[in-house]
Amino acid sequence: MRKFVVKVSHTGLDDEMSHIETTIAVLRAKYPDDIQELESFRGEFTIVVEATALFDICKLLRHDPDLDYSFLVDLAAVDYYPRQPRFGVSYLLHAIKQNVRLRLKVLISGQSPTLSSVTDIWSSAEWPEREAFDLMGIQFTGHPDLRRILMPADWEGHPLRKDHALGYEEVQFSFNWREIDRRKEYPQE
Amino acid sequence: MSQVQEFAGTVEELKTLFSDRAVSGETMVLNLGPQHPSTHGVLRLMLELDGEEVVRCLPDIGFLHTGIEKNMEAKTYLKALVMTDRMDYLNPLGNNLTYCLAVEKLCGIEVPNRAQVIRVLCAELQRISSHLVWLGTSAMDLNASSILIYCFRDRELLLDIFELIGGQRMMTSYIRPGGVWRDLPDEFFPAVNDFLEYLPEKLADYERLLTRNPLFLRRTKDVGIVDADDALERGLTGASLRGSGVNYDVRRAMPYCGYEQYDFDVPLGNGCDVYSRYRVRMQEFHQSMSIIRQAISRLEPGPVMTDDRRFAPPPRSELGRSMEAVIHHFKYWTEGFSGPEGEVYVATESPRGELGCYLVGDGGAQPARVHFRTPSFHNLQSLPRMAEGYLVADLVAMIGSIDIVLGDVDR
Repeated sequence: MRKFVVKVSHTGLDDEMSHIETTIAVLRAKYPDDIQELESFRGEFTIVVEATALFDICKLLRHDPDLDYSFLVDLAAVDYYPRQPRFGVSYLLHAIKQNVRLRLKVLISGQSPTLSSVTDIWSSAEWPEREAFDLMGIQFTGHPDLRRILMPADWEGHPLRKDHALGYEEVQFSFNWREIDRRKEYPQE
Repeated sequence: MSQVQEFAGTVEELKTLFSDRAVSGETMVLNLGPQHPSTHGVLRLMLELDGEEVVRCLPDIGFLHTGIEKNMEAKTYLKALVMTDRMDYLNPLGNNLTYCLAVEKLCGIEVPNRAQVIRVLCAELQRISSHLVWLGTSAMDLNASSILIYCFRDRELLLDIFELIGGQRMMTSYIRPGGVWRDLPDEFFPAVNDFLEYLPEKLADYERLLTRNPLFLRRTKDVGIVDADDALERGLTGASLRGSGVNYDVRRAMPYCGYEQYDFDVPLGNGCDVYSRYRVRMQEFHQSMSIIRQAISRLEPGPVMTDDRRFAPPPRSELGRSMEAVIHHFKYWTEGFSGPEGEVYVATESPRGELGCYLVGDGGAQPARVHFRTPSFHNLQSLPRMAEGYLVADLVAMIGSIDIVLGDVDR
C-alpha cells in the first residue's frame, strides 16, 4: 500500500481532501503517539490507530463540531493471517454534512483480541460488533449485549478466522449413497 | 468477558435479556416467527408484552446464515460473484453490481460507457421489482391482501426482462467484473417500453387503494416514529432514512456508474413514520422509471466488457481461431486473475439502503476478505427501539416499512 502524502491530487474534491486533512491535523495534535500509519489507496483514506486510544479517538471524531463524523457506516473485522498483528477492525466513518468518508483501523493480535466497544458513541455499532465477535472472535469490552448473532449459540470457534476450516458436504451418488450417509453427522434410525 | 463466551442460549441466561417483570410473570414473553408470514422470511422476534404493548423486542437472526463471506474467500474473484446473487434475493443485480464495483476499484478496471448505462438500467429495474415486492408484502401485513397478488403479477414482467438479459429470472450474475456478461438483446427494449407504459397506471391504482385509505392511514400514520438523528444513530439508510427527512442517497452522495449525469429527485418524507416511508418508496418508483428512460436514451453502441484482457475473457468468436485465446479462456476461468494488495469499500444504493462491499485483496486470485455492509442488517437493528411502546400490530407494520430481506440480514 502506498504511503499517505498530504497533497494528493484527488479527483477535484478539494472539500473532501481538506476535511480529511483537518481530521488528520486534529488527531496528530491530540494523539501524536497513537497514530501508527496513514494510508491512501484508490482514493480512500485509512488511519491506523493504537487499539488503546481507539475509544478516545472515536469520541473526538464523533463529538468535535469541526469533524462531526456522526454516522458509523460499517464495522468489519479482517483476519490478516499469517501477518502480525493478525486481526484488523475497520470502522468506516461518514461525516454527513461534508460528505466525507474515512476509515479508522486498529490492528490487534492474540487468540482473544480485545477492543473497547464504541456502542456508547454510535449505537449503530451494536450489531456489527456482535457480528465481529461472532464470526471473528473479537471481544468488545463495554458492549451491552455481546452474544453470538449469526451462528448458533453453541457453535465452537469463530468461522471467519483463517484457521477455521470451510467444511464441505460429501457429494452422494447412487452407488455410494449409503456409505456416505452413514458417515454424516445427523441423527439416524 | 469469560461469561460472555460461555453464553449458550439457555432459558436461564435468556432471562437476563428481559426485564424483571417478565421473570415475575407480570409481562409475557412471546415468540413471533421464525415461521411467520409478517416477518418477511425467517426472522424471529422475542417480544416481551404488557398486554398488547411491546415492552422489549429482541430480534433473533441467523436462521438464513450460509457463510457467504467465508465461501467467497475460497473462490476466485470471478467465481465469488455467484454468491452475491444469493444474499439479497430481491436485489441480485444490485448485489452483483456492488461486488463488481469493488473488484473494479481494487484492480483498477475501467468499465466501458455502454456497460455503465446497462448497469444503471439493471439497477433501476431491480429497484422497481424489489419495491413491488415490498409494496405487496407490507400492504398484505396490513390486511390489504389483494395488492400482493397485483404486485407479484407486475413483478413477473420484470423477472421476464431479467430472464431476457441474463438467462435467469433471479440469480442472473449478469453484471461481471469489467462490464456485463453480454449486450442487451433486441427484445429488451420493447419489453422495457411496454413495462414503462404499463406500470404508472397500475401504480396509480395501488395508490388509490392505499394512500388515502382511512384504514391504511390509521395503521401507518404516527406509527414507528424515528426522528432524523435517531435514524442516523441507529444506522438506518435508504428509503427508511429518507422517510425521516435525511437527504442521503448513495447515488447522489457518492455517485457510481455515472449516476451524477442523470436527472432525478431524491424523495424525502417528514413524517418519520411508516406512512412517510411508504410515500418515499412510492415516489421512488417514478424516479426509477425516469432514470430508466434517460438511460435508454443514453445507450450508445460500443463494447460492454473492458478490453483489458487481464480481467476480461476472450470473445467467443476468437476461440475457434486462436490457440492463445483458448489458453486464455481456460486460464481465465480456472485460475482467474490476481488482484493487488489493498482494501476498498464501495457503496451502492440498493432498494433497501446503502449496500457496501468491503473487499480486501492480498495479491492472490482470491479475495482475502469480503464483507458486505448490508442495509437490511443495519435497518433491522433499529427495530427494537422503534417498536418499544407500540402494539404488536404496529410492530408488523414497522417490519414491513423498513423493508428487510432476511437473506440480506444473515448472508
